[in-house]
Amino acid sequence: MTAARPDRPKMFQPKMPANWWLKHPKYFLFMLRELSSVFIAIFLVVFLIQIAQLLRGPAAYKAFVQTLRAPGWIIFHIVAFLFALYHSITWFEAASKILVIRRGEHRVPPQDVVAVGFTAWGVVSFVILVLVLLLRS
Amino acid sequence: MSEPTVTLHVTRYHPEHDSAPRRQSYSVPYRQDWVVLDALNYIKDQIDGTLTFRWSCRMGVCGSCGMMVNGVPRLTCAAFLREYYPHEIRVEPLTNFPIMRDLVIDMSDFMEKLRSVKPWIIRDEEKPLEEGEYLQTPAELEQYKQFSMCINCMLCYAACPVYGLEPEFVGPAAIALAQRYNLDSRDQGHKQRGPVIASHEGIWDCTFVGECSEVCPKSVDPAGAIQQAKVTTTNEWFKSLLLPWGKR
Repeated sequence: MTAARPDRPKMFQPKMPANWWLKHPKYFLFMLRELSSVFIAIFLVVFLIQIAQLLRGPAAYKAFVQTLRAPGWIIFHIVAFLFALYHSITWFEAASKILVIRRGEHRVPPQDVVAVGFTAWGVVSFVILVLVLLLRS
Repeated sequence: MSEPTVTLHVTRYHPEHDSAPRRQSYSVPYRQDWVVLDALNYIKDQIDGTLTFRWSCRMGVCGSCGMMVNGVPRLTCAAFLREYYPHEIRVEPLTNFPIMRDLVIDMSDFMEKLRSVKPWIIRDEEKPLEEGEYLQTPAELEQYKQFSMCINCMLCYAACPVYGLEPEFVGPAAIALAQRYNLDSRDQGHKQRGPVIASHEGIWDCTFVGECSEVCPKSVDPAGAIQQAKVTTTNEWFKSLLLPWGKR
């Protein structure tokens, strides 16, 4: 916004209220998406510590896993998982705006790009699920 | 039977009399085929001649009549009363801009930003007129056509909270137009636009809220343009890092 200039009439400079993100559902969802990164970051730190406990031996690892079984940590992981899910959905939707794929003169419809992303996500998740189940049994 | 009416709550601001904008309500006839701009013109012609607002073409081409209608940036020539009737309608000047008077905002910041991205075809060297025009295939046209539909209505700036919070942000329309020329096969000004576009105030200020594309009356998708420019800029940076001897 330009500063007031003497050759110009007085103007009213509006200010954004601190709660601007509560005024529109889309802004609120945007803030949720931004907030999701905090939960994902905390989850990753916890996960890295968990891996570090593996190096310290089975006793240390077991003790750490036991700590994570506390209700507080379980609630945190559920919340972090929901945020990760929401973040991933917005990410695949965003991909359609960023990835411009052309077939001849025409752009591949963005909804096709989204569909491919979601399908790939589903397939990879399924493969990981099968692997985890096989390793556990 | 009396004619149905609709109430418009309109922002009024007189720089010499008011310290802050106030709201004035008007009751106007409700017509199925009227848009908010028709209602504003009715107020100006029949009720209160002092009401000030910008408009020109009345057909979504000139980009002059952008205002906040019930809190959403709209071209008032394309916002039908029937979308809101029988509810009351709030008409305010575009947010994030200084208010000059009533519904008129100061667009000089946008004009400066638009100029800063050099939205015109830049050639290293112009070829002589005798050699004819710069030809382009339909596929080359398709590369940038969407971004060339911008009518500079500034609805995207009003929808962008980043611009509201960080006024130095170059903003959606200006970057989309920079992208329009960068993608034009006839243009060679990519490097000249680089310092503005690839700066922090350029594409990297954008946090991808995405509302600019939602409110765009011409489906320009400025959010897409900015994210695509981020990808291009990042790729170029990696290329210059990995191939410092390559042609930049």
